[in-house]
Amino acid sequence: MTDLQIGDVVAERDVHLTREALVRYAGASGDFNPIHYRDDIAQRVGLPGVLAHGMLTMGLAVETVVPWLGDAGRILEYGVRFTRPVLVDAEDGADVHVVAAVGAVSDGEARIDLTVTFGETTVLGKAQVRVRTA
Amino acid sequence: MPVNTELVGRVFPPTAPYIVGREKVREFARAVFATDPQHVDPAAAQALGYADVVAPPTFAMVIQDLTLQQLLAEPDSGIVLERLIHAEQRFRYTRPIVAGDELVGTLSVTGVRAVGKGAMVTSEAEVTDASGAHVVTATSILLVGGDE
Repeated sequence: MTDLQIGDVVAERDVHLTREALVRYAGASGDFNPIHYRDDIAQRVGLPGVLAHGMLTMGLAVETVVPWLGDAGRILEYGVRFTRPVLVDAEDGADVHVVAAVGAVSDGEARIDLTVTFGETTVLGKAQVRVRTA
Repeated sequence: MPVNTELVGRVFPPTAPYIVGREKVREFARAVFATDPQHVDPAAAQALGYADVVAPPTFAMVIQDLTLQQLLAEPDSGIVLERLIHAEQRFRYTRPIVAGDELVGTLSVTGVRAVGKGAMVTSEAEVTDASGAHVVTATSILLVGGDE
């Protein structure tokens, strides 16, 4: 972890989201907003369909780098902007792809930039994890 | 009712202590597709120097959510849940949350900025442990839609 170069991909994965995954996250997190499991309510508030919780996308994205870090305690700061929704189809679900690459390196620290895509769309903006490397 | 700009600077009372359970951490870890053993296996967490399983980084939202319920319950806030969009989220950690922690959250509203007919509300939930030591600060920016 001491020889990081900007642009190095340190971790990458695909996550398949289903409606079951959204209900599971609702229960685990306590966020029971029905736009995350009921099509009728999602449509009533003007959404194209049921969306994944933004905090689920944020949570699964950072977990991509934890095995590489080896210790979640190396994470000093993590922030994202929620820029685009992840629509989770009742039949087909949704495939989310996460790439974690080195964005900056300084003394004892690195900034890991997460690129999270759903189809061709990037769904999180400025998804950056500041980590302790020393 | 528009969002009340006088919310800025308001500090809420600390939330009731939240005891982090091992099974809750495991449940949350599974929900965010966390695969690392430190989140589910006490021996793996202990090998890293922690007393028990380590919560995934975004678990702090559970405590933050308790504080945001206080904000939403304010009769003069002008914030309506149905019109709320989570725009940004940030966590700054002193240490990870570990099973067995007893945590309280203290919310401060740090900014309200008019955006069209609505507002951007920035708030910080400072999460501390039973000794009063800082664990994590969760900052959220909520976009609150205005009346149609």
